[in-house]
Amino acid sequence: MNACADEAAVAARTSPPRIVTERGQREVFCGLTGIIWLHRKLQDAFFLVVGSRTCAHLIQSAAGVMIFAEPRFATAIIGERDLAGLADANAELDRVVSELLARRPDTRLLFLVGSCPSEVIKLDLSRAAQRLSRQFMPRVRVLNYSGSGIETTFTQGEDACLAALVNELPELAAAAPKSLLIVGTLADVIEDQFRRLFAALGIERVDFLPPRRATELPAVGANTRFLLAQPFLADTARALEARGARRIAAPFPLGVEGTTLWFEAAAREWQIDAAHAHSVTAAASERAARALERHRPRLAGKSIFFFPDSQLEVPLARFLARELSMRLIEVGTPYLHREHLAEELALLPAATQITEGQHVDRQLDRCRAAQPDLAVCGLGLANPLEAEGIVTKWSIEFVFTPIQGYEQAADLAELCARPLIRQSLLAV
Amino acid sequence: MQLTVWTYEGPPHVGAMRIATAMRDVHYVLHAPQGDTYADLLFTMIERRGARPPVTYTTFQARDLGGDTAELFKQAAREAYERFQPRALLVGASCTAELIQDDPGGLAQGLGLPIPIIPLELPAYQRKENWGASETFYRLVRTLAGANDPSPGAARPKREGGGRPSCNLLGPSALGFRHRDDVQEITALLDRLGVNVAVVAPMGATCADIARLGEADFNVVLYPEIAATAAQWLHRTFAQPIVSTVPIGVGATRDFIAEIARVAGIDPTVELSGSPSRLSWYSRSVDSTYLTGKRVFIFGDATHVVAAARVAADELGFSIAGLGTYSRELAREVRAAAAARNVEALITDDYLEVEARIAQLQPELVLGTQMERHIAKRLGIPCAVISAPVHVQDFPARHSPQMGWEGANNLFDTWVHPLMMGLEEHLLTMFRGDTEFTDTAPSHLGAASAHSAPEDVAPSSSTTAWTAEAERELHKIPFFVRGKARRNTERFAATRAIATITVDTLYDAKAHFGR
Ligand code: SF4
Repeated sequence: MNACADEAAVAARTSPPRIVTERGQREVFCGLTGIIWLHRKLQDAFFLVVGSRTCAHLIQSAAGVMIFAEPRFATAIIGERDLAGLADANAELDRVVSELLARRPDTRLLFLVGSCPSEVIKLDLSRAAQRLSRQFMPRVRVLNYSGSGIETTFTQGEDACLAALVNELPELAAAAPKSLLIVGTLADVIEDQFRRLFAALGIERVDFLPPRRATELPAVGANTRFLLAQPFLADTARALEARGARRIAAPFPLGVEGTTLWFEAAAREWQIDAAHAHSVTAAASERAARALERHRPRLAGKSIFFFPDSQLEVPLARFLARELSMRLIEVGTPYLHREHLAEELALLPAATQITEGQHVDRQLDRCRAAQPDLAVCGLGLANPLEAEGIVTKWSIEFVFTPIQGYEQAADLAELCARPLIRQSLLAV
Repeated sequence: MQLTVWTYEGPPHVGAMRIATAMRDVHYVLHAPQGDTYADLLFTMIERRGARPPVTYTTFQARDLGGDTAELFKQAAREAYERFQPRALLVGASCTAELIQDDPGGLAQGLGLPIPIIPLELPAYQRKENWGASETFYRLVRTLAGANDPSPGAARPKREGGGRPSCNLLGPSALGFRHRDDVQEITALLDRLGVNVAVVAPMGATCADIARLGEADFNVVLYPEIAATAAQWLHRTFAQPIVSTVPIGVGATRDFIAEIARVAGIDPTVELSGSPSRLSWYSRSVDSTYLTGKRVFIFGDATHVVAAARVAADELGFSIAGLGTYSRELAREVRAAAAARNVEALITDDYLEVEARIAQLQPELVLGTQMERHIAKRLGIPCAVISAPVHVQDFPARHSPQMGWEGANNLFDTWVHPLMMGLEEHLLTMFRGDTEFTDTAPSHLGAASAHSAPEDVAPSSSTTAWTAEAERELHKIPFFVRGKARRNTERFAATRAIATITVDTLYDAKAHFGR
């Protein structure tokens, strides 16, 4: 597989991806959306959006039918009185937070999440968070981050949230042995799989960010090495580096190859013998490769078009092209973090077309002209494309479904194959 | 600032989108950040529309704020016109753009486009979705139909001799609760009466259709939340009478027909004779005896709540335990409906308040929105959905109107089916000593509701104790009413300062609360 990677690297040098930046209407959620998966992961945290009715409606609509008893998120809707200065917005916020914490005494960590309106009126949520922290500590820690659509796109909300958490992590003692931090929300089941593999490799201290509970924040310091599990964590990585931690460069753990390279990068950092590393991952990687083969006939040779959404597009495209022989027509991504994605870009087929940013109408024109076998897009575009005869896969499922690691590689392939299977089944 | 968990209505620009999307040849340029594009999925996913809503968002970002967001808006409007070639352009701002005050109306007018520009001022921090829909529809009608307004004082031209009277159906929009099916039902009913439908708007209308609204003899307002304002303006401008009875339920449909007959000068006898809806007979059939006095709680938009209260009380023999609405604009109508049923209206858009009220009232049936459906599920109370906000389930594949005779049939089915069938309930009571009818026996209400039933919750007030004998007696009561019996008995005991509940207390309470 390394040989294969090297070949691709050569190809990429001779014919690197063609990256075009586009500006125009973006058809992507804002960072508030991340609350939907973050609040499930951080079980003792509460997310309070300080925003408008639009913000509340966005989260509710993106969460779809998943109406929980009383979710661990809510919106403090800014009213006319707040804007007209009739009510002091800070005093109002304090009142809402007190009300909320009285209702939800199980909360240990409260995030004040900034929105476009709160940012345009320059409501200082970091000062509010400090003030409220002083009031509610030690029971509740209050942090803030921006999930606004003017600052963040979809998954960048998670980045902003984790970056805010990094400042709260305890200091790892200078004398502490080297420890590994896995960064980016993963399903619990995947965390457990990864823990077992790291233990088998011989890496003992492994922590995850975000942790399952806010009371279990991992320590970080100069002896921390971190691996990104998600490709959208620019600010979090920068904050960790500011705390002395060092990033281990690697592709992302999507697909068999990506997962192997990801584990191998950690193994190299720990100077673990390559043969040992191989013996640890071999069984799982062979099983995963076998499971993938089932989906190959459905996907091989089929063309795929990615609309920008989660920033997972580049690693997904790499997986689908290299392990399932799909043809990449266009890989859209809201942002391209060239440094974090360097290893991914090197693995892409020669001259892959990447579009950073979006002009949705022109992109739709290109998609229609290309008539891909499968288009990966957001919920607003899926049915209209289907109605035009283009089969689609909702990109949001890639953030809600466990897809990382060996055991999920076939699930990921299946997610992409399902719309094609369905299309072949239907005779109406 | 208001703490909000779930909202009944979206922001007002979503209301504007419901109008634009319902029509065929308008386009809406919305000054808004990227996240606001989520609203497209309401139409493409919930309503399963096969086309994107005709909306262009400017999706400005923070880095644009210092620079020229106005230029961004102009460019978006120009491109939208060129690409989509609409016959009218709606322009406006979402909550964030309202704060940066770029004046989309002025900017769009400055572009010199050869189509009407309709600026929308929808104050996002005061108003909500239905208001936005109403205001947008009104602005559209004023601009497009207003171009054809008669000279002041001119008499309405007489209808061609022998021609059928005609009306417009106003209010049906995108994302409406059963609007598609209501329009079909009412159009057919009007046709049988001998009345033509000239224009349905906004649903399916073109700008040219809106321009000729004034030609019809009268207007029928199916959804006052959306069309009352526009209809009033048409009334003032074109002297068109308004038919305002909302034909939901048998009685209201009869009243609607009578009102149409009066306004159109036609004879309704044929349509009113016989028994056009099965609801009337089904409700009189003996199995429906068990519906008598079922305590029902009703919540939703004003139109559907007022109509549901009448149907529930007068046509199904339920008793109204409480009702309310999130439509503040029509709070007066809902208060009046509540007063007529001797209950106090709950006017709120706070979901938590609605939940608390339902928990307190312990109704036997909830008629509400998708929000109340979730509340009711948690409390183990049967529920039927009667109003927006909509959910994908509210767009059934089958024809399923709320209005007219067939609508009444649908109301009977959808409200009665969630309840335990009369005979089944009777049998359960008769055989309650039987092992098969114990708490753990399967119930068609579903395992979840049986187990999450309030009965499982420990007695609410720790100050009242139950004697062992009273507790045993309580367990002889069928499980699906046991929670209520426990609560009622405890409430009874509390108001009389009874510290220990005995078998007698239980039956005293039963006698007290019994109907
Ligand atoms: S884009 Fe801005 S205003 Fe819109 S929902 Fe997101 S944070 Fe709220």
